Amino acid sequence: MGSKVLRTENLSAYFRDNRVVNRVSLSIPENMVTTIMGPSGCGKTTLIRCFNRIHELIPGARVEGRVFLRDEDVYATDPMIIRRRIGMVFQRPNPFPTMSIYDNVIAGYRLNGIKLGHGERDAMVEESLKKAALWDEVKDHLNRKGTFLSGGQQQRLCIARALAMNPDILLLDEPTSALDPKATARVEQLVEELKKTVTLILVTHNVAQAGRVSDFTAFLYLGELIEYGPTEQLHTAPKDTRTEEFLTGKFG
Amino acid sequence: MANLFSSKPKVLSRTRGLWAEAAFQKTLSISALAILVLLTAIFLSLLIHSSPSLKAFGLTFFFSQTWDPVSSRFGALVFFVGTLLTSFLALLICLPFSLAISIFIGEYFREGILSSILKQVTELLAGIPSVIYGFWGLFVLVPIVRDLEIKLGILPHGVGILAASLILSVMVIPYAASISREVIALVPSDIKEAGYSLGATRQEVVTKIILPYAGSGIMAGTLLALGRALGETMAVTMVIGNSNILPHSIFSPGNTMASVIANEFTEATGRLYLSSLIEIGLLLFLVALTINFIGRYIIKKVSIRA
Amino acid sequence: MNREKTRMRVIKDWVFVAVVVTLSFLAIVPLVLILSYIVKNGLSSLTWEFLVELPRPVGEKGGGVANAIVGSFLLVIIASLPAIPLGVSAGIYLSEREGGRLSFLTRLAVEVLHGTPSIVIGIIAYLWLVIRMGRFSALSGGIALGIMMLPVIVRTTEETLKLIPDSLKEASLALGVPYHRTILKVILPAGLGGIMTGVLISVARIAGETAPLLFTAFGNPFMTWNIIKPVNALPLVIYNYATSPYPEWHAIAWGASCVLVGLVLALNLTARIIARRWEVKF
Repeated sequence: MGSKVLRTENLSAYFRDNRVVNRVSLSIPENMVTTIMGPSGCGKTTLIRCFNRIHELIPGARVEGRVFLRDEDVYATDPMIIRRRIGMVFQRPNPFPTMSIYDNVIAGYRLNGIKLGHGERDAMVEESLKKAALWDEVKDHLNRKGTFLSGGQQQRLCIARALAMNPDILLLDEPTSALDPKATARVEQLVEELKKTVTLILVTHNVAQAGRVSDFTAFLYLGELIEYGPTEQLHTAPKDTRTEEFLTGKFG
Repeated sequence: MANLFSSKPKVLSRTRGLWAEAAFQKTLSISALAILVLLTAIFLSLLIHSSPSLKAFGLTFFFSQTWDPVSSRFGALVFFVGTLLTSFLALLICLPFSLAISIFIGEYFREGILSSILKQVTELLAGIPSVIYGFWGLFVLVPIVRDLEIKLGILPHGVGILAASLILSVMVIPYAASISREVIALVPSDIKEAGYSLGATRQEVVTKIILPYAGSGIMAGTLLALGRALGETMAVTMVIGNSNILPHSIFSPGNTMASVIANEFTEATGRLYLSSLIEIGLLLFLVALTINFIGRYIIKKVSIRA
Repeated sequence: MNREKTRMRVIKDWVFVAVVVTLSFLAIVPLVLILSYIVKNGLSSLTWEFLVELPRPVGEKGGGVANAIVGSFLLVIIASLPAIPLGVSAGIYLSEREGGRLSFLTRLAVEVLHGTPSIVIGIIAYLWLVIRMGRFSALSGGIALGIMMLPVIVRTTEETLKLIPDSLKEASLALGVPYHRTILKVILPAGLGGIMTGVLISVARIAGETAPLLFTAFGNPFMTWNIIKPVNALPLVIYNYATSPYPEWHAIAWGASCVLVGLVLALNLTARIIARRWEVKF
């Protein structure tokens, strides 16, 4: 399965006393697309929010167990460093409304107070937007506000923003749930291309999407990791009846 | 390009970052605390500085109508009566108008030019400084009241409780109207529609469904307007006549708690005199606070229900 | 009989509408009267000299309110300097901590402060500053006005920031941006329009305040930029001159009213324009 970039050991997540992720252990292979799927409310979003330590920002939220980024203990490292190495794209596109498209792409540097040379900046914006397949559409109006773009374009802008940080991993939290089918196809295609340079972890409740884009699939149900393996194997010959029921649309 | 970011000395910048983070959090909570401390200090200052008067007069301060700086005997009854009389009278005058405006904007004309004109104008009305209301009252309203008094055959002061109440009512209309409008807008449309489906006319829906439903909220709005009126100083000071004798009719000149402070504070010589004025200030503060709390409490309950 | 009843109900319906509309528009008659009265009486004294000259003694015609304009300006600056940073900072705190005991108490304090009669704030500034400094001053007046600005700024800041979706904050944090930079560089800019509106509204509120200035800034017939000396202010000029027995002073008071109303309306208008123009789309 190649080298592992991210590994969890008995990872549990809580909202106050409510356990939403229950002792999950899994390893994410490098430069592949791994999908975490399951019915809504199964804890899949919470699970990936533990990877970049966003979960703990919610009042009353708590994490148990361990997460390793390569060999580094995520919960023993400065969260800011971790979050710069693990990018994230959210359910709803959330470009910074006060910034131009250009500034949105390099927001990670700007906001962190990291100075870039002028040429460096331009190059980075162009490359990130190209990687996110948005360059051709926006190259002539980089100074317009990001919020003027369509939903699908906004989402790709958010992907470009995350890619500009050159992360090891990109977390995608149901990135197409707010998009129309055409924009969804566009993003899925992008995911396919991106895995050459970055490890992707995609959360979805859409079985078909998981089948289309991913190399590995994890099935999460009621906070527990039910089954995890190569996508084809999991989709064609699930070992667990709950996985089978989910795949055949019996619930969720 | 690829190692552009990873080559940055992150750890170094983060130690400074951690300090900034902590300082930022501290600043925020200290600011919040500062406001709390400010209010406590205001209350304590008033209390401490009114203690000479509290000790000297005790409860008689509330019931005595003597206000005599020469013999240093102070009682605030005249000003309580003045404040209550002007405020309630003002509310009484204001209520039909503010209610009409709130029904107008909140029910009849929710959108459109008419309601937006009315909204803008009432907001303008709320923005005019109180001293200008007083000025206008002094030069326009007071002569009118004086003419009225001449017609009625009573001593034509012009200035007095009535003039003060009139100007106050003009001032609190926008405030009372905006709260009532919000409460009226909260009335769920299904119960209104239930009324219409039974064949009720608009007037019947307003008076038999909307107003009873919004009743407690409107009362709260009126209460908050009362809190405003109680503390209103300048306009009242300018038209009330500043007499420290118990008013015997609404045409008498009088003084309110706020106006007596405005008038006499700078000339208050002697510890007890100043302290008595501060005690009035303390009472004004407490009364305004109580009324505000009751009003807000009712509004909160109303908006939770809706 | 039944038809008769229905007709009565319809008539009642009409009468009711008529009453509501009439009362509503009657209520704005005073505004029209006040504004027209101020303009009618004030415009005649509004000349260039009026704005740049000092007041003259009783009996002399002419003179202006330059010292009061300067004084009002000084007072607003002195009030804003502590009130804006403190208010915005506390507003951020409240919007960030919904629960929590300090938030609850601070919110309560802000509410009480908002409802506190302005004359009481005047007493406080007198007790805290005037007594200690031994004289009336622009400083004490400014501080009194600053206390009055505070609750408005805190509330508008809190309300504005609460409307900003959490997703924005998460977007920034997920880029590894520290919390304080997220607030200062993402959240505050997104709420800047709302906060500016609040600041302008609070300035409009205090620019016309008179009661807290009576025994703090006190008034001063001369020009001064010195903040530890008594200063004049537009509302004080109006109060003192309006209640004087001299017609030529009344004319000055009308002129000052014109300037003050213009100023307050302009501030409110600007606030509204900013609120609309700077509205951030999420």
